[in-house]
Amino acid sequence: MPPTRRAFAAPAALIGAIVLLLAAAFAWAAGWLGPKRIDGGTIVTALDANGGRHPHYRRAHAKGLCFTGAFDATGNGAALSEAVLLRRGRYPVLGRFSLGGGNPLAGDGRPVFHAIALRLTAPDGEEWRMAMDHTPIFPVADVPSFVALQRATTPDPRTGKPDPAILAPFIAAHPEVKAFQDYMAHAVLPNSFANATYYSINAFRFTDSAGAARLVRWRFVPEAPLAGLDLAHLDALPRDYLFREMVARTARGPSRWRLELVVANPGDVTDKATVAWQGPHRTIDAGTLTLSAVQPEETGACRDINFDPTILPRGIGLSDDPLLAARSKAYSSSFNRRAAEGPGPSAIGQDLAKETAR
Amino acid sequence: MSRPSPDFHPALRLVHWLMALLVLTMLFVGVAMVSTAGPAYPRLLALHRPLGIAILALVVLRLALRLATGAPALPADLPAPQRFAAKASHWLLYASMAAMPLIGWAMLSAGGYPVRLGLGLVLPPILPHDLRLYAPLRALHTIVALLFFALILVHLAAALMHGLIRRDGVLRSMTIGHGGRREPGVRERR
Repeated sequence: MPPTRRAFAAPAALIGAIVLLLAAAFAWAAGWLGPKRIDGGTIVTALDANGGRHPHYRRAHAKGLCFTGAFDATGNGAALSEAVLLRRGRYPVLGRFSLGGGNPLAGDGRPVFHAIALRLTAPDGEEWRMAMDHTPIFPVADVPSFVALQRATTPDPRTGKPDPAILAPFIAAHPEVKAFQDYMAHAVLPNSFANATYYSINAFRFTDSAGAARLVRWRFVPEAPLAGLDLAHLDALPRDYLFREMVARTARGPSRWRLELVVANPGDVTDKATVAWQGPHRTIDAGTLTLSAVQPEETGACRDINFDPTILPRGIGLSDDPLLAARSKAYSSSFNRRAAEGPGPSAIGQDLAKETAR
Repeated sequence: MSRPSPDFHPALRLVHWLMALLVLTMLFVGVAMVSTAGPAYPRLLALHRPLGIAILALVVLRLALRLATGAPALPADLPAPQRFAAKASHWLLYASMAAMPLIGWAMLSAGGYPVRLGLGLVLPPILPHDLRLYAPLRALHTIVALLFFALILVHLAAALMHGLIRRDGVLRSMTIGHGGRREPGVRERR
């Protein structure tokens, strides 16, 4: 018996409804429906709007220098984590020094983050990637605040300075940003990449071989004694002062740092990178980082690596700090954009090319 | 390849529905994780990679099963364009299931990322670390995913059309089977 038109219409409507429902659910999952989400693109676009758009480069910490070296683990870190890279042994390291900001050719005399990024590789292929700054605290604790900070500190095209009408209410609503600015105004700004202490910024969850978990921050403490730049005359520094200093220093010999793992005390804030841990803490000497060679990004291997601090070996995981997910996503968006744009020349690479041509 | 039974082999039916669940989960996880910089992002990412490799392993098993056990004949009264659409869409579905994890794996290799499956397991790279390869593969991963989802919607609509409108046993051949019975619309062979 041929189906009537009516008998055909009902199942057809049902099929249509099922397909539409699934498509709508997909669109909702993708964020095409519903409220606008903060994704990696939001963060990267805010960075571009703040510091000027510099395609071909990292959207933050654009100015960099590659290096290679090794990490000699003492084995003491195994008390906190089962990570292979904390077992006694020597592991290859690829790294990158950088300065905060999105301009790859900016001068070095700026009160910005001095940063180090590392990739430690274990024989089994596991990696521990890190991206650290020379300050023990970060200006904001979460992603919306980070995006708002970029917007609030965007220079007004007329004055070249942030618009006080936007900045003042933002600072009033974010005392942690004020605390960070006060810290930066008084802290020593290291006069070399080699004599700065570099901090993990966020806390991470370390799990030992018995399954016990602890929240840990870490720092790389330099062998070279700390000395600061003259904050009053930063403008007088040559454009690539810190980078050239590091090239010259490494030609004379390696630089070293001790890795100190700092275990959270009960009551320590572990989900906000804006809060430093005060007072005595259980601290473990996990090993020595030795930097033996530096390379401009053109010839080094660091340029095309995403130093995503959430790429961690087994035994080290993420804490509840929401900044970690945001850093991972923003780094990824920045990486995808610059991969599609192709690389640009580095400041120190230009310097070295000029010297060779001479 | 034709199959004397009006139904797909029971093992193939099992793998089909398991993969349907995994692939849909995967596509939803994929678009959701790229949509947010929130705490869900690293959690979904940690799920995405082992799930993708599981799908790759299952599609290899499934293709072997499919080639070994064949498929029941399509209804003889199915118009030629629909027969062609049925065959082409099935091969495209197989191609998507295999291509998505392979593109993902290749893309991570070219991006210099470790392909971590969790529990300390890391897959070797299948391409050299080269961002000139990474960028197009990253774009392709998204494009193929969206086309794959559209294809799944078409596949679902067609399956329901067979089950609810034509009632020709095609949907049943991938679900509960015919239990030895023949439905009126089903011919034994082509």
